[in-house]
Amino acid sequence: MLARVRRAPPRYWLVLVAAVLLIGLPTVVTSFQSSQWNLVLIFTIAIMGLNVLVGYSGQISLGHGAFMALGAYTTAILIARYHVNYLVTIPIAGLVTGAIGFLLGIPALRLSALYLALATFALAVVTPSLIKRPEQLTGGVQGIGLVPQEPPQFAAAAFSTVTGGTQMTSEQWLYYLSLAIAVLLFWVAWNMIRHRPGRAMRAVRDGEVAAAAFGINVAGYKTLAFGMSAFYAGVAGSLYGLATTYVSPDTFPVALSFQLLVGAVLGGLASTVGPLLGGMFVYWLPIVSSQTISDQSWIPEQISSVFVKAGPAVTYGALLILIMIFAPNGVVGLITSGYGALRKRLRGAGERGTGQMPPDPQTG
Amino acid sequence: MPLLEVRELTVRFGGVVALDRVSFDVNSGEVVALIGPNGAGKTTLFNVIARVYRPGAGAVMLDGEPVLKLAPHQVVRRGLARTFQNLALFRSMTCLENVLVGDHINIRSSFLGASAPVPNALKAEAEARNRAVEVLDFVGLAPHAHHPVAALPFGVQKRVELARALVSKPRLVLLDEPAGGISHEEVGDMARLVQRIHSDLGVTVLLVEHNMGFVMGISDRVVVLDFGRKIAEGTPAEVRKNPAVIEAYLGAA
Repeated sequence: MLARVRRAPPRYWLVLVAAVLLIGLPTVVTSFQSSQWNLVLIFTIAIMGLNVLVGYSGQISLGHGAFMALGAYTTAILIARYHVNYLVTIPIAGLVTGAIGFLLGIPALRLSALYLALATFALAVVTPSLIKRPEQLTGGVQGIGLVPQEPPQFAAAAFSTVTGGTQMTSEQWLYYLSLAIAVLLFWVAWNMIRHRPGRAMRAVRDGEVAAAAFGINVAGYKTLAFGMSAFYAGVAGSLYGLATTYVSPDTFPVALSFQLLVGAVLGGLASTVGPLLGGMFVYWLPIVSSQTISDQSWIPEQISSVFVKAGPAVTYGALLILIMIFAPNGVVGLITSGYGALRKRLRGAGERGTGQMPPDPQTG
Repeated sequence: MPLLEVRELTVRFGGVVALDRVSFDVNSGEVVALIGPNGAGKTTLFNVIARVYRPGAGAVMLDGEPVLKLAPHQVVRRGLARTFQNLALFRSMTCLENVLVGDHINIRSSFLGASAPVPNALKAEAEARNRAVEVLDFVGLAPHAHHPVAALPFGVQKRVELARALVSKPRLVLLDEPAGGISHEEVGDMARLVQRIHSDLGVTVLLVEHNMGFVMGISDRVVVLDFGRKIAEGTPAEVRKNPAVIEAYLGAA
């Protein structure tokens, strides 16, 4: 056991460090900052699902914002109209969205990549308008307001013990709720990817004819990937609604779907920690880019004014182009190859041939 | 009853007749080679049997059961596995993972069972790993188990293909040019390996190959195709003397 711990590849330590930081975060930052990081975690969950679809099954979706909307509205409607406990609505939102994603996946997999992108894009475009229609149910353009969820007794008590008497706020509680769900869903996706279904998805991505030759139902696994990633987006949407305590058609614009996809690519497709980086990008980039770019005196006025006027979309586009050129495997790919090169330097080239590969490098 | 029956198989690509009423049998326990000049229709025939192409006419029976009614992914469940001419390995995976995909049909774990990993699914995975390592050992690749296939030499990748096709314990394996593109020494190793597939594992073999030394050394019977038609069939010695075969390979005198 101890030997296994000592031999663990550095990425496991990285995950451990990240987990400790994420758990401790709300005890040192303000309640408002906790709510910001809550949204980072929520985008991370959505991107984890997108990563299964795009990174591992090799399909594309420009419509995951719509799946998030579906999850958020499921939760909001169940709470506001039917007075269901908010914790219960989270899995329901995931399952409803997952089922719809699965059904949409059936016709979608008859389409080639380009048309699938268009079809899912159409979904993202029509969803905000569709939501406005059944006004009794969805509140139309007004949307649905929710009350903030108070932390349960045990969480509040634990929090005040750790922080020395500070009262736990709703934001901090929802952060921990999202963190727990993110860890659970990360664990589920990680297991799925390493085992039979994940191998089948990757096989479909690498070569459909060969995958079918070994008994993999290509259409079936593509649909499953669609359903699973919609489930994740639905859960993320549900948590998003709880976090912002308000859902409206404008909460889930077309741009959100793009941002999620860009986040997945930026973080690194088919990587396990990529989604967390992607979630950070999706949340912080619009904020940071609009604030800092105008402050930079070295950037010519003409350029910075374009960035400020056009909003985060320009920054997203510019970053996406840079990533595609310089780091096609995303930030995680950049770090991995950088680390590999560094290690080779340190060990000397002579040992290159004998260096043992870590087990299952794919799952890193 | 033969293990594989190919009956009057005809395939057209536009105006080109790729296969013209081809019939032959493969009996259980045989090594049968399919030979012919380039463009004779050998790989097309493989792809019809493996349900990649749909033939215009004809039938393929595996152990008396019609193959052409099956979906592509159901063929392997009937005990028919294959390798690919131009290597169709899953390039992002390790050798072991490639072989595990080959055993997909025998791993008893569901989507949910594997994701939440329940003990049964983990046990099924562990057993599958043992089988995969065994087969990798059989083809002499155990040390490469955790290496990504894309980084390995071509000859090694060929053996990964072989391991992936064998791990599900098929009754019949289709080998598309097992000796194609590998070095002279490796051809001898591959021939011994194919013989061991036959003798040690008891798997019936149907193979396509251009290397005549390889074919003549290991085959029980040879079927010769030329321009989509079967022009000869028999033991290697018989086929070698057949005037139609000599003409097809050397051109009319």
